Amino acid sequence: MLKDITLGQYFPGDTVAHKLDPRTKILLVVLYIAALFSARGVVGYTILALCLAACVRISRVGLKALVRGLKPVLFIIIFTGILNLFFTPGDRYLLEWGILKISDTGLRNAVFMVVRIMLLIMGTFLMTYTTSPISLTDGLEQLLGGLKRFHVPVHELAMMMSIALRFIPTLIEETDKIMSAQKARGADFESGNLMQKAKALIPILVPLFISAFRRADELAVAMECRCYHGGEGRTKLHVLKYERRDYIALVLGVLVVAAVLVLRHMGL
Amino acid sequence: MEPILQIKNLTHTYGIGTPFQRSAVEDMSFDVYSGEFLGIIGHTGSGKSTLIQHLNGLLKPTSGQVLLRGKDIWAEPKKIRDVRFQVGLVFQYPEYQLFEETVYKDIAFGPANMGKRGDELDCCVREAARLVGIRDDQLEKSPFELSGGQKRRVALAGVIAMEPQVLVLDEPTAGLDPAGRENLMANIRDYHRNKHTTVILVSHSMDEIAQNVDRILVLKSAHVLMSGTPTEVFARGGELLAAGLDVPQVTRIAMALRERGLAIDPAVYTVQDLERQLLALRKGGAVC
Amino acid sequence: MATMIKTETLKYAYPVEEGEKQTFALRGVDLEIEKGSFVVVLGHNGSGKSTLAKTFNGVLLPAGGKVYVEGMDTCDENLLLAIRQRVGMVFQNPDNQIVANVVEEDVAFAPENLGVPTEEIRKRVDDALKAVGMSEFVRHAPHLLSGGQKQRIAIAGVIAMEPACIVLDEATAMLDPIGRQEVLSTVHRLNREKGITVILITHHMNEAEEADRVIVMDDGVVAMDGSPRQVFTQVDALRSMGLTVPDTVDLLDRLQKDGLDVPLDALTVEECAGAIAAALRAN
Repeated sequence: MLKDITLGQYFPGDTVAHKLDPRTKILLVVLYIAALFSARGVVGYTILALCLAACVRISRVGLKALVRGLKPVLFIIIFTGILNLFFTPGDRYLLEWGILKISDTGLRNAVFMVVRIMLLIMGTFLMTYTTSPISLTDGLEQLLGGLKRFHVPVHELAMMMSIALRFIPTLIEETDKIMSAQKARGADFESGNLMQKAKALIPILVPLFISAFRRADELAVAMECRCYHGGEGRTKLHVLKYERRDYIALVLGVLVVAAVLVLRHMGL
Repeated sequence: MEPILQIKNLTHTYGIGTPFQRSAVEDMSFDVYSGEFLGIIGHTGSGKSTLIQHLNGLLKPTSGQVLLRGKDIWAEPKKIRDVRFQVGLVFQYPEYQLFEETVYKDIAFGPANMGKRGDELDCCVREAARLVGIRDDQLEKSPFELSGGQKRRVALAGVIAMEPQVLVLDEPTAGLDPAGRENLMANIRDYHRNKHTTVILVSHSMDEIAQNVDRILVLKSAHVLMSGTPTEVFARGGELLAAGLDVPQVTRIAMALRERGLAIDPAVYTVQDLERQLLALRKGGAVC
Repeated sequence: MATMIKTETLKYAYPVEEGEKQTFALRGVDLEIEKGSFVVVLGHNGSGKSTLAKTFNGVLLPAGGKVYVEGMDTCDENLLLAIRQRVGMVFQNPDNQIVANVVEEDVAFAPENLGVPTEEIRKRVDDALKAVGMSEFVRHAPHLLSGGQKQRIAIAGVIAMEPACIVLDEATAMLDPIGRQEVLSTVHRLNREKGITVILITHHMNEAEEADRVIVMDDGVVAMDGSPRQVFTQVDALRSMGLTVPDTVDLLDRLQKDGLDVPLDALTVEECAGAIAAALRAN
């Protein structure tokens, strides 16, 4: 079950999608999200979906892996969809059944909302799939570097994030192990009401937290032993450099956003 | 002897339909007899961990069957929890699964899940603690105050307290120092002797297996490579070495002595036995 | 020979809560570790061996006495970085010392911290991975590797600092026999080929067979110190400290007590078999 959570996983590769500067990718995702929230009509969404499809194709990540990433948030998607479906007032009701009413705007909003969330998640996942967490944080650190002047601990935040990403698979594996062990002692995570289910999580959460603290402690010592002393005077194995492909990608990204904005104006 | 567990053509395949598809266990068949002390040995990746998680129904076979007292454990999937109480599984580094405020409560988790209450529960907990060498005054302590070796005993007691008919131990002595290893194995041997239950010990230490079990099952890349008494298995020491597995150091000394023309039984695996044989040789003067 | 690490009446006590009695994990350790040597430190759990290791690069600071790394006092805060660069540490749990999601980025971590120029980092990373035999895993995700492979990455991460000494603090304890062998042969090779001083903390006796020097810790002091042969032949003393001896020595000890004329210091299987065969023939 937990193996479905693919957040923060990185599939190494050698495609253009992998080679793009992480800053470019972050900016592209930001543009993409902005475009998603500006899109109003079928044409806008179709263009964005096609862009995503093209990127997926280029990255060779495989649609399956992306769709798998949707699984853990399926509940949220369905919930948002239903909320929009039933609770959007509209001019014309397609279906009335007691207090449950589905309006034409509701249907439209629900479909768009679901598509929007799905595209949003798949797009962000595509970035994490094709960018190693370290270069991702490097990118963020550089993009936000200017904030250092305002005493924002940019390096520390970036380091925290990259370590969090590094430990996600380890902790997932550990959670699986602990669950199996408690099941072997007859723990029951499936039956019972909500309260009982919440209580059944204690035998998983307590060992997990204790282990996370132990890991944090050991990791801190190991980092110190490898001469870590903050961001000061640090160099990099991979220095970020914008290449021609980055400029091309960014220009394309801006063009797509512009197109979506124009279409929005036209109500498409 | 009567088999308590029967493994029939068991196969477990991970990641079916993905590029990572891989069978961790492939067409394995063997029996576990009631009351025996069985050792399972094999490298990391030989399928040991996957195999033992089938014995108590944590994993479901891709194909094949696991029979407990002649009954398929998956015959009624809803009752799989009952199987887990009958086949107790202690994972590697089990001390990382402790979670309760006191040692007592942690040991009681399993039997309480079985529905035991009151005196019956109390009895199970104290008996299990006694068996693994946890003192009464330690029962009210937090498990996190104990030393590493003691924590492991508490975790072991947590499974023993369910009074399983089969106890499966995955690398119970991993990471302990020699004295700690020997103490814990002595506890496990006592438990096996006094309770007459079946014990399955999984290990990658040939020496540990050789010194404790009645019968050995050797796994190699998802298959059963050989099985038999330690004498039978170590008699095939050459085959074990060829398969990239270890043999006890004593067996290797015996093999080296045979190469030097001494009439030593190649299946010897304890220091005492080898000593006895060498002394007999000296008396008989059978050195060429 | 030059001295790598020197301790003078080194003491250490772990902090305790108020009201509890303070017990010393190290109670006066005097050691001098030669440059280029391969030293194994043995001892049961709680003997102080791991505490000792952690004082060697200033992770723990002495409560009494001194530790000098190439003459540098570990208590001098200004020297801490220089000391840590000279003495690298590999710990027990491979998962808890890998910082990055890609092997090469993890190996680059220390040189990055030291401010090594980019081209030089690249070279160091490649050399370090080659030295531990993990070059083909340069772009792999560390969490998918085996335990032995992870520890070799950790070792590569340390040698990328170009240290003079590596301390392995029970780095083999969580590994299976194959993983243990991988790590051992790696550090032996580094010791031989690069002249790196290796201090291996362990409770596996057989890891000490090929060492230059074996130090046995017991109750916070050095209980034995000598060549593997000198140490392992003291069968009864080792047992009283909760340690075992290799089966070879155990067998020879028994045979000797049975009146057979065999030496105790035939540590390896071949040596042991040869000694026994010779003794039986002479009989």
